Amino acid sequence: MNKMSKKFPGKMNKISKNNFITYLLVLVLYIVIQVLLATGNVSSLMEGLLVPLCIYVMLAVSLNLTVGILGELSLGHAGFMCVGAFSGAFFSKCINGAMPDALRFIIALLIGALMAGIFGILIGIPVLRLKGDYLAIVTLAFGEIIKNLVNVMYIGRDGNGFHFSMKDFLSLNMEADGEVIVNGAQGITGTPHDANFTIGVVLIFLSLVIVLNLIHSRAGRAIMSIRDNRIAAESIGINITKYKLMAFSISAAIAGVAGVLYAHNLSTLTALPKNFGYNMSIMILVFVVLGGIGNIRGSIISAIVLTLLPELLRGLSDYRMLIYAIVLIVMMLFNWSPKANEWKEQVKEKYFSRRVSKGKGVK
Amino acid sequence: MSLLEVKNLTISFGGLRAVDDFNIEIKEGQLYGLIGPNGAGKTTVFNLLTGVYKPNEGIIRLDGRDITGLKTMDINKAGIARTFQNIRLFKALSVLDNVKAGLHNTYHYSTIEGILRLPSYFKVEKEMNERAMDLLKVFDLDGEADYLAANLPYGKQRKLEIARALATNPKLLLLDEPAAGMNPNETGELMDTIRFVRDEFKMTILLIEHDMKLVSGICEELTVLNFGRVLMQGKTSTVLNDPQVITAYLGE
Amino acid sequence: MSFISYLINGISLGSVYAIIALGYTMVYGIAKMLNFAHGDVIMVGAFTVFTIVSTLGLPPALGILVAIIVCTVFGITIERVAYKPLRNAASPLAVLITAIGVSYLLQNLALIIFGANTKSFTSVVAVKPLKLAEGNLVISGETIVTIIVGIAVMIILSLFISKAKAGQAMLAVAEDKGAAQLMGINVNKTIALTFAIGSALAAVAGVLLCSAYPSLTPYTGAMPGIKAFVAAVFGGIGSIPGAMIGGILLGIIEIFGKAYISSQMADAIVFAVLIIVLLVKPTGILGKKIQEKV
Repeated sequence: MNKMSKKFPGKMNKISKNNFITYLLVLVLYIVIQVLLATGNVSSLMEGLLVPLCIYVMLAVSLNLTVGILGELSLGHAGFMCVGAFSGAFFSKCINGAMPDALRFIIALLIGALMAGIFGILIGIPVLRLKGDYLAIVTLAFGEIIKNLVNVMYIGRDGNGFHFSMKDFLSLNMEADGEVIVNGAQGITGTPHDANFTIGVVLIFLSLVIVLNLIHSRAGRAIMSIRDNRIAAESIGINITKYKLMAFSISAAIAGVAGVLYAHNLSTLTALPKNFGYNMSIMILVFVVLGGIGNIRGSIISAIVLTLLPELLRGLSDYRMLIYAIVLIVMMLFNWSPKANEWKEQVKEKYFSRRVSKGKGVK
Repeated sequence: MSLLEVKNLTISFGGLRAVDDFNIEIKEGQLYGLIGPNGAGKTTVFNLLTGVYKPNEGIIRLDGRDITGLKTMDINKAGIARTFQNIRLFKALSVLDNVKAGLHNTYHYSTIEGILRLPSYFKVEKEMNERAMDLLKVFDLDGEADYLAANLPYGKQRKLEIARALATNPKLLLLDEPAAGMNPNETGELMDTIRFVRDEFKMTILLIEHDMKLVSGICEELTVLNFGRVLMQGKTSTVLNDPQVITAYLGE
Repeated sequence: MSFISYLINGISLGSVYAIIALGYTMVYGIAKMLNFAHGDVIMVGAFTVFTIVSTLGLPPALGILVAIIVCTVFGITIERVAYKPLRNAASPLAVLITAIGVSYLLQNLALIIFGANTKSFTSVVAVKPLKLAEGNLVISGETIVTIIVGIAVMIILSLFISKAKAGQAMLAVAEDKGAAQLMGINVNKTIALTFAIGSALAAVAGVLLCSAYPSLTPYTGAMPGIKAFVAAVFGGIGSIPGAMIGGILLGIIEIFGKAYISSQMADAIVFAVLIIVLLVKPTGILGKKIQEKV
């Protein structure tokens, strides 16, 4: 052991330390918010944002697995969230009362993850053969199709069992005692309200464990090697299809869990452009890119900041989304433009590095 | 018996026969050179041997096993590893992780074991680290194990690519212009490394190279390719002194 | 008879998509970026015409002219301020996200200026509907004008690119920025010109779209923008004839899907066709196959 740690100066430690900071960040935020809640310092509006915040963090972390670690641009992440939301809510609605609530909710979460994961594989098989922007537009297309299909889906249940239709409520042909579970564009109503902030944070932790441990393992290395150079990865015997699908479906499954949480936080679940459309997918992508592509902790921070920003700007009423847009553009320019980076380097050199290392010429 | 046996290998791109009736036999432990003017089809031969392209005709046998038409991934598992003319490292991974990626099929634990951090994860990762560090030492890269591959100087990047290829535990190593862009000092050093790899790992090596000093210095046998066809094959000294070969290189 | 009428409507809607997709594809070809804000430039054009014609009561022709100018100025400014600094950014995603930011910006500017209420857009087309087959087949003036303008735009643009020096410069920059620069082409100017043309086309598309479908909100441009993006990919992104074919096919598929399958599912059908096309031909109908050199 000792010989090992000498050989790798801080290598393993650096990774675990980095991950530890990420976990700690979530924990500290959780405790701070709990304290604020207990002392009554959180407005009811902000309180209502806590579960959505957890959902966005999970979505951002999971999308970063596809975009940052696998290196493929997906614009359909909300579609997987939609699959998870509807399958989880469907299960809860069917079972409600027949088993203990906690158990039912856990199973609903697993079903959401499983269904979204299966969709991830089914969609991933054709999609991951494509490249770059073509892949992006096809994921967007799949996301829109999922949202669209959910809106014309009718499922009911009566004494004879389940009825399914893609046309309308009446085509379900149910007995008088029948109950509609999924009602087309009206979606699912009366999903039990199981979600709360603590559950959300626990799910964030689980997502982080899965994603971070995956990244720093044999499979994660394979996934990142495909991202960095597909041809070289093939040449050293890495199964491209397998690892691409693995990353894509795990990412989808976590989005599915976020969807289940979303569904159990609302009394009515409908598939609208704003919650499951491409706009949502794009918003998640914004979190990922702004937080740093491949940087999981960055995704968490930017999801939190960008979700709270419009609320913090609420006083500015109409102007808040405008300011949000400007802030987004300015942050992107500041973080990514080569000129801005050059300038930041110069500032750093001028004010910080001189003191540390003398004799380094100033440009 | 020959380790690599290639017969009548042919591929056309839109009517152009890039490689035409290519034959080669390489014995175990040999250091073999594939030379020829630019555009002769040398890299295409490598791409055919590693399954990047599927040949129109011909048979490739490795250690007696027919590997023609297999996927790149399976050809690597069968025992051929390569480097690339335009270096293809995993740039955002550390030097150590580049080699560990090469160890992917030699050391196993499941993804679930990795996510749950079961004891097998720690045990196998430790073994992988040790093996990878041993390989990096051979190439004098152990000091840079934590660096990002992209931050290595050019010559070291070429070495890292060889280390990564060796990590897959191949029977045959293909090197595509390993000395490209190196100065004479670095080339000399590289020659020693290649010889060392052959002796230490009992490796069979087929290399493409333009640097005649390297070719004449370490290759035992040569095949000269011109316009996709084999111009000549044989002992290095014989081939390099052949008037036909000299003409092919210098032009009429 | 209804089949023919659907087909004509499809071609009309497709012409609008094609005009938008042309802008998309030109910008993609030259700047290698997905300009997510392109759809919102359509909205800017439509609101400009709305202000001049409906609010100020000035003639439509003036409105269209001003809309084209306004959109061109917007296009050039957006490129200069938001996209150009990121041209050599470490990740191509940076400029994509910035484009999304610009899209939000334009939508929210419109929201502040014009409010969220749907405005009813007065058609700028004065052509009388065409009655054929004893009145069984009525083709609206908007449809006729849209198709004619669509064809005209395509012809002019094709001629511009194949004949004019600036058009040739665009092709050169799209092919290889570095080489174009070495040949003495002003790359910055050429890219700005591309954005200008794309945005002017977006203005035209906005007017046509809102004349045919007269409800106007700050989000009017978003979906047609995405559809045109789909059309561009469909035809092979970066390819000008591809954008035309993709746009028109998309319009026809959408109208037929609405008419014969399900109006709720029309968008899903459009996207499904896109997926099928890309699976069969991964770079679109007229897209070039790119082989990575090993």
